[in-house]
Amino acid sequence: MDDDTILEVKDLTTHYLTTDGEVKALDDATFSLDRGASIGIAGESGCGKSTLAFSLLNQVQPPGQIMSGSINLDGIEVTDLSESEAREKIRWKKVSMVFQGAMEIMTPVYSVGHQMKEPLKYHKGITGEKAREICERYLELVNLEGAIFDRYPHELSGGQKQRVIIATALLLEPNLVILDEPTTALDVVVEARIMNDLKRLRRELDISMIFITHDLSILAEVSDNLAIMYAGWIVEFGEAYDIYKDPKHPYTEKLMAAIPDIRTDIERLEYIPGVPPNLVNPPSGCRFHPRCHKAMEVCKEMEPEIHEVDGVNVKCHLYSEDESIAESQEAEYDTAYEDEAAAEAYEGEEGKRELDETGMTETEDEVMEE
Amino acid sequence: MADPLFKARNLTKHFDVTQSFFQKLKGEEKLKVRAVDGIDFDIYQKRNFSIVGESGCGKTTVGKLMMRLLDPTDGHMYMKDKDIADMDSKQQLKAYRRTTQIIYQDPFSALDPRDRIRTILEEPLMIHNLGDTREERTDMVKEALEEVRLTPPEKFLRRYPHMLSGGQKQRVSLARAMILNPDFIVADEPVSMLDVSVRAEILNLMKDLIEEEDVTYFYITHDISTTRFFTDYIGVMYLGDLVEKGRVEDVLDNPMHPYTQALLVAVPEPDPERGQGVKNVPITGDVPSATQVPSGCRFHPRCPHAEEICKKEEPEEKEIEKEHTAKCHFAGEIEFDLDVAK
Repeated sequence: MDDDTILEVKDLTTHYLTTDGEVKALDDATFSLDRGASIGIAGESGCGKSTLAFSLLNQVQPPGQIMSGSINLDGIEVTDLSESEAREKIRWKKVSMVFQGAMEIMTPVYSVGHQMKEPLKYHKGITGEKAREICERYLELVNLEGAIFDRYPHELSGGQKQRVIIATALLLEPNLVILDEPTTALDVVVEARIMNDLKRLRRELDISMIFITHDLSILAEVSDNLAIMYAGWIVEFGEAYDIYKDPKHPYTEKLMAAIPDIRTDIERLEYIPGVPPNLVNPPSGCRFHPRCHKAMEVCKEMEPEIHEVDGVNVKCHLYSEDESIAESQEAEYDTAYEDEAAAEAYEGEEGKRELDETGMTETEDEVMEE
Repeated sequence: MADPLFKARNLTKHFDVTQSFFQKLKGEEKLKVRAVDGIDFDIYQKRNFSIVGESGCGKTTVGKLMMRLLDPTDGHMYMKDKDIADMDSKQQLKAYRRTTQIIYQDPFSALDPRDRIRTILEEPLMIHNLGDTREERTDMVKEALEEVRLTPPEKFLRRYPHMLSGGQKQRVSLARAMILNPDFIVADEPVSMLDVSVRAEILNLMKDLIEEEDVTYFYITHDISTTRFFTDYIGVMYLGDLVEKGRVEDVLDNPMHPYTQALLVAVPEPDPERGQGVKNVPITGDVPSATQVPSGCRFHPRCPHAEEICKKEEPEEKEIEKEHTAKCHFAGEIEFDLDVAK
């Protein structure tokens, strides 16, 4: 790890050991982040984005557990830290997090200032007037008046609360800020203004940011790198520009196409049939194969490797150089949906509709008759 | 053009703010929340109408008024020339609500967790005395499930809402509305809680049902980017008033009101070529309280183009092109180019 890299994650695996079985929420996540750069992590709900964020803080709640892998944060191996060490060494100081639904995490019974200065008190022993001064400075940094310090959360609008939370996350000057769905519950105008502030802060304070969201259109504006997650896997990772211009993984392709455009008229929106899999028993082979429009025979059996295509890392058999796979690609490409098992994997209608579209209804009828 | 399916004229809803004993004693003026403040619009058969605006602008109140879940303070609403605002007997309202249904934003709480899907869908049939026997009703329920592509329906009848994904739940909500074969559906942010991929699927489905079932939607949303695909007409709402309305292409390509322009600039676009520059969002501040609507043009305190006249006079509705109106003193004079603004 060189000096320019602030975060290096290797083969990180986090599972939840529930009574129903092991939920494989995050498997073999590998990526790195340069100092001052930003990375966007996108995917549907339940794909493991938030688990990844909690793992980075070594704060996975039981029954969750980091099973293996390493997280190197600015020279510190996070997975080796005990709870108290993590609190002392990394949280707030090196990395802080703005949680999803941050607007509701403030206690209604204490003033904004009281809640804001807590990290200063516990981590740096700063209290009283000094703490107030620092807090007010950071409130102004996020375009709020210092007077907000004395207000109570119910007196603030949603956007203001979100700004307070962002200011609090910056208080101890961390090198890395993780933002989990920072603007999801906000109106577009407020969202755009908060995004503006985040862009500005990143440059002014020279911090790295990790944005976690299901909304790819926001990420285009703030992230240098992009990681697309599906069912606990990072299926595509690379420079945001490259991925937006030419998505490689079929999942990314569909996800991008599902975003409506306000400039042009379209008749139908693209979508991904089916639902994300249950992670206790994820599908065999490639976890995306039951919903994939380019699925091949090999996808059902073999977990894809990560291939580098034009500087982007893609976890998909389509880009395999292995000859046997490349051959199966041609042979099985059109027939993938014929397989009854594949159809079964689609939940109800989605399967049927997919079959209709590929003109396979006859085959299905035959299967039914049998 | 054919007569509108639904007409609203001067539709108004003011809520009284409860006063404390001391406020009454001091004789303070009673405050009113002017949630909907005299709006007019027409909705044509099978031409969806969407209403966009920030939270607190009154868009949900409009939806509830249209369902007569709230009684309007003033104004009229006509459904096929029948005045809905004046209906007061239970029978009339019941008959009306058979033709008009609503879908709520949150599919997770709109369905009773203790009822099976079958019970949830059967309830409207029981209320409206449709289907004589249980078998008949079951057939209707199955048909409704098929309409919303939850197939095979037998698989879903006995399930509970928690066994469904978010998208499937919203489809059950849609089926519950469709089962009475309504002419008109008020969809209050039907997809805002769903993932992008599922969102597209539900909107496609709702769009298909327009032709299949002869239904018209009134689509309430804060997400202006879905309106172009889903609707034909759009009304932009600000603080209880429709500040701009017209055909969706006209309004989005050629926005006249500074508020509409600001909303469009704020929409994030998945185009990395626009880079990571700071956007020029022209408006600042928050929406003022609806108890104290600003004088003159209600948008003037946040408007970048406001002048003296805006503080004093309320702007008239100006027709800029066919079917496209804006309530702004300077409508048609403000230069706007989305690409430059971004």
